[in-house]
Amino acid sequence: MKPIVLLKRVIFVAALIPAATLIVGAFRGTLTANPIDYITDRTGDWAFRFLMITLCVTPIRRITGWNPIIQLRRMLGLFSFFYATLHFLTWSVLDWFFDFRSMADDIVMRPFITLGMATFLMLLALAVTSTTASMRRLGRKWTQLHRLIYLAAITALTHFWMVGKVLVTEVTYWAVALTALLGFRVWWILRTRVHVRSAPADFDGKKSFP
Amino acid sequence: MLIRKAPDLRFSDITPKSLYVRRREFLQTAAGAALGAAATTLIPPFAANAEAQTQGQGTGHGAKLANVKKSPLSTTGETLTSFDDITSYNNFYEYGPYKEDPKANAWHLKPRPWTIKVEGFAAKTGTFGFEEFTKPYTLEERVYRMRCVEAWSMVIPWVGIPLKDVINTFQPTSEAKYVEFVTALNPAQMPAQTGRSLPWPYVEGLRMDEAMNPLSILAVGLYEETLPNQDGAPIRLVVPWKYGFKGIKSIVKIRFVDYQTKNTWQVMQPSEYGFFANVNPAVSHPRWSQASERRIGEFFKRKTLPFNGYADQVASMYAGMDLKKNY
Repeated sequence: MKPIVLLKRVIFVAALIPAATLIVGAFRGTLTANPIDYITDRTGDWAFRFLMITLCVTPIRRITGWNPIIQLRRMLGLFSFFYATLHFLTWSVLDWFFDFRSMADDIVMRPFITLGMATFLMLLALAVTSTTASMRRLGRKWTQLHRLIYLAAITALTHFWMVGKVLVTEVTYWAVALTALLGFRVWWILRTRVHVRSAPADFDGKKSFP
Repeated sequence: MLIRKAPDLRFSDITPKSLYVRRREFLQTAAGAALGAAATTLIPPFAANAEAQTQGQGTGHGAKLANVKKSPLSTTGETLTSFDDITSYNNFYEYGPYKEDPKANAWHLKPRPWTIKVEGFAAKTGTFGFEEFTKPYTLEERVYRMRCVEAWSMVIPWVGIPLKDVINTFQPTSEAKYVEFVTALNPAQMPAQTGRSLPWPYVEGLRMDEAMNPLSILAVGLYEETLPNQDGAPIRLVVPWKYGFKGIKSIVKIRFVDYQTKNTWQVMQPSEYGFFANVNPAVSHPRWSQASERRIGEFFKRKTLPFNGYADQVASMYAGMDLKKNY
């Protein structure tokens, strides 16, 4: 088995652990006195963490030159969407129990919910078009569309930042990490441009950054 | 050639069979003893917490309180929130920002001996030991709803003393317009005070008429036991018509002052948290609605009541005030 295939399987199983932990916790009654808020927080945490991990793939590939790692990107992005979906379902089913009016009020009147909803819709668009068939059909447009992940990461972080009663340091760390991940891409583009001008023969022609 | 070699083993070296067959038992006992020693010496928290709890001063069940009088001011017709939920789901930033932190970290606190300093515009001031401070009053059980600004709520059977009786003891002068409360500042016992999540120490205040309202109490227990540390041991404020953050915990100072307190959350984010903080479903928090709440232990949300259901007893104090401005 190729190392990347093995790694992919290991990550697939590991990525399900947070969900499994919540299910076990729900049966054992260990999800605090307010399980709905707890599940909302944890699924949101993991949606955001997988979004950040997804954004690490390209920088790692550029720095190490280990190209097969790109094969993990779609799966990691889909895990972010998986936890975002659980997060959304917790909010709409457990928290509001399909009280559509209150949900609509929240989306319109609470900027942090608006941002959360916008993030979810962006991730939905990316998940739906994540198939190989979509990539082929959309061609260059696919790359452009999937740059939405940068915007989704920023709206997700803002949503995370706005949800607390007070800014917790955890959010600050994530903000630094996201700045680094997006900054890397800016740096790479600038570097590549110089590279292209000075030695166009070396340019591999690939420009898919997400 | 005869090679003489001393035997490696003498008969006395051989383990008797009776011991040999019990070797696993021996290992288990030895390992157990070693672990036990490690638990009490290398990991003092466990030992300290166990000791504190037997004295009724830890994070578990406290000591039973005697002579607790039922009060006609208790809220009736509500299901009490369980002891476990009241003591494991707390906002007490001195022990960390997450709900599970206070129960995990509050064993550091030593709620006895404890002193409370009374100062400001009053005929009687000074520093009083906890027992001396609380002794003059009969303990009352007060069942109250508790509504957190984060839109969850509980029903808690507090044990406490009426704040108005305490205030009368100290005879505030006419200059005393507000009462200010201060939480202990002791990073050794309140570990998260080493961080800067909030400006320490925590400060709260009430207008004099609010403090004198019959509903206001200083709580020293719940479920007829001494307060667990994470719920604000040894003494805390309870003002049931206001959001939970007004209920300042582990009080060490009471001041009679002529200015409105800049309470900690107001200092943190003045656009979101005010001085009055009366429970009000009609005035949203800037980031979330206050129209409904989740009662801990229930699935469906409930409608939040004006003044948390205590409007009959408290609304008149705010007659003519714009509650949208004075949030």
